[in-house]
Amino acid sequence: MTYDPAKVQLTDDGRLKHFLTTEGLSRELLTEILDTADSFISTQERAVKTVPLLRGKTVVNLFFENSTRTRSTFELAAKRLSADILNLDIARSATSKGETLMDTLWNLEAMYSDMFVVRHADSGAAHFIAEHVTPNVAIINAGDGRHAHPTQAMLDMLTIRRHKGSIEGKIVAIVGDILHSRVARSQIHALRTLGAAEVRVIGPGTLLPRDIESMGAVPHYDMKQGLADCDVVIMLRLQKERMQNALLPSEGEFFKLYGLTEEKLAYAKPDAIVMHPGPINRGVEIESAVADGPHSVILNQVSYGIAVRMAVMAMAMSGQQTPTEEPA
Amino acid sequence: MTTLHIQRARVIDPSQSLDTVTDVWVRDGRLQAFSAPPADVTADTVIDADEQWLLPALVDLGGHLPEPGYSQKGSIDSETRAAALGGFSHLCSLPDTKPVADTSAVIKLIQEKALRAGHARVLPLGAMTQGLEGEQLASMVTLQEAGAVAMSNARQPIRDSYVLRRLMEYAATYDIALFLNANDLSLAQGGCMHEGPVATRMGLSGIPETAETIALAQLLLLIEQTGVRAHISQISCRRSLSMLAQAREGGLRVTADTPLANLLYTDAAVTGYNSLYNVQPPLRSEQDRDALRAAVGEGLLAISSNHRPHEIAAKKAPFADADAGMSQYDGFLPMVMSLLEQSDLTASQLIQATSVLPARLVGLPGGLRPGEAFHATLFNPQATTELSSARMASRGHNHPFLNQSLAGAVTATFADGLAIA
Repeated sequence: MTYDPAKVQLTDDGRLKHFLTTEGLSRELLTEILDTADSFISTQERAVKTVPLLRGKTVVNLFFENSTRTRSTFELAAKRLSADILNLDIARSATSKGETLMDTLWNLEAMYSDMFVVRHADSGAAHFIAEHVTPNVAIINAGDGRHAHPTQAMLDMLTIRRHKGSIEGKIVAIVGDILHSRVARSQIHALRTLGAAEVRVIGPGTLLPRDIESMGAVPHYDMKQGLADCDVVIMLRLQKERMQNALLPSEGEFFKLYGLTEEKLAYAKPDAIVMHPGPINRGVEIESAVADGPHSVILNQVSYGIAVRMAVMAMAMSGQQTPTEEPA
Repeated sequence: MTTLHIQRARVIDPSQSLDTVTDVWVRDGRLQAFSAPPADVTADTVIDADEQWLLPALVDLGGHLPEPGYSQKGSIDSETRAAALGGFSHLCSLPDTKPVADTSAVIKLIQEKALRAGHARVLPLGAMTQGLEGEQLASMVTLQEAGAVAMSNARQPIRDSYVLRRLMEYAATYDIALFLNANDLSLAQGGCMHEGPVATRMGLSGIPETAETIALAQLLLLIEQTGVRAHISQISCRRSLSMLAQAREGGLRVTADTPLANLLYTDAAVTGYNSLYNVQPPLRSEQDRDALRAAVGEGLLAISSNHRPHEIAAKKAPFADADAGMSQYDGFLPMVMSLLEQSDLTASQLIQATSVLPARLVGLPGGLRPGEAFHATLFNPQATTELSSARMASRGHNHPFLNQSLAGAVTATFADGLAIA
């Protein structure tokens, strides 16, 4: 009953065919994603930004959960690879009519698409789709429940590499709601694989998942200790619902303890960078002086996001060896 | 007058420390004699059971029958047939049918359908509360008179401690047995697996051990106060075992069972999001599984099926969205006996936990003794059981050994001397 998270995502010769999680992927493969993304960043600075890698391919943005930002970056990435893109906002259509996920998939398969970009509220939904969809359709996970958000994690890795030279040997702290965060889980796997010296997670006991040490992250409850000597500080967005489920008393108390201020940032290394997957809650997890300050690389993250998504889409499409058959 | 003669069987009956090769004579549904034939008797049926084991038949303390209400998942006929093929002469059906088994009409309907099917005998569990809603007491005396062997609320919670106390007091008045589940839904918080490192890694919401242990503490204290005859169904945690042991040391007569799946698997089975392993109670840690196995070895814990058949669509969904439960009746005894290889448990201990202990709880002989009703299972340890979808009797193909084979096979199951499988 051994399960290998790498195997589901890779072809027999080790190339990417789906991108579901950063867990279990080799350092070489993660580095290849970063290198490919780097090469796309230079194309993004040109006047003509498109490349023909996915010409004639159909990409379906399959969002069971609303997310304008993530969906837009995938859409832009697909367009810059010259793919045809179809946006399906399923959150408001099919599943509310009692159609199961399987029904939706069968319908979409009939459209002969080549790639699904999937966002779903259930952990494991992207795996489920990858296991049940017809062969030759690449699945890119754009976030499943609390499990994984691998393209966000890889754009964060790219950000660190471009600003700090490499990930190897760096001390990285992830602050806030780790319990509900698919981003944090994907970051932890990627950081460990890419050789970070230490990955810390900082937050109150209610927002740190049980046994997080088993994933290779060191829990801290205090920002002074947790941020000491850090090269990278990643702040996570705090959802308002957390106050309703007895996980936190108030935004104010959270900000007092964990909100990133210039004072708290001073515990980290002087050249530390500050990241945030967005959208930011100013005054809840981060103060404006830090978000807009010299350590912040938050806006750069957004532009790298398109390059990383282009890289992953191009790699997974080439990993799907045979082209999709045309309808008879 | 019909007579059955089983030749050269290895009779294993832990209730009388029996393990011997002998002939068995059964007359008019009762075991008549071992070894020598009774005077003036010729057998109507002779079974050569050379190299086979004859055990007191398995009795299930809790399985979900899909009728009435869930005919897309199977029928009483299909599931009781699967149970008989798995080695059960009798099974207790949980009351979470649609409508709920909270009226004598539903209890009678289940019994009639089971009787007509003629496979494993069904001992229905009545609902403790109306609609299993945990608020108003069900008419437990009426249900008992209609044939309910005990009352259960399945895994549904009782609204508050007051209702639970009064429910126990009422049941105690009429010596009605309660099958109680320790399950604090507020601590479980809609979780779908054991809370631990696997749940954290997979981003699935976990059910902490305290969802079971806190509810168990409440149950044990109220059982003590009310003196009700009580059995704890579906224990999954190591800690629960020490709490039960402590209660017994204090003089409380309380029994318990664990589902077979919790003895076979751990939460590691969930890695990969296989929705088959979405079960309630959840599969827990290796330490929990090992402690449950040890308790079975000490004769402190019965093994139940927690059989729950599902149609394919119910399981074909992302893990948390899939319906909980596993089909277990087909191949049940071979699965139990697979623990001989996987653990230190002996055949005698496993028979004690699946036959003797459960039988005694529901008023069956729980042993093979002359003069008593003959409920027995014939098991061939050399044979294999093939569980292809075509061969399975249960309509629920959500079975961990679907399209695989298991060592050992049930060759016959007898209830009241009749071969039902």
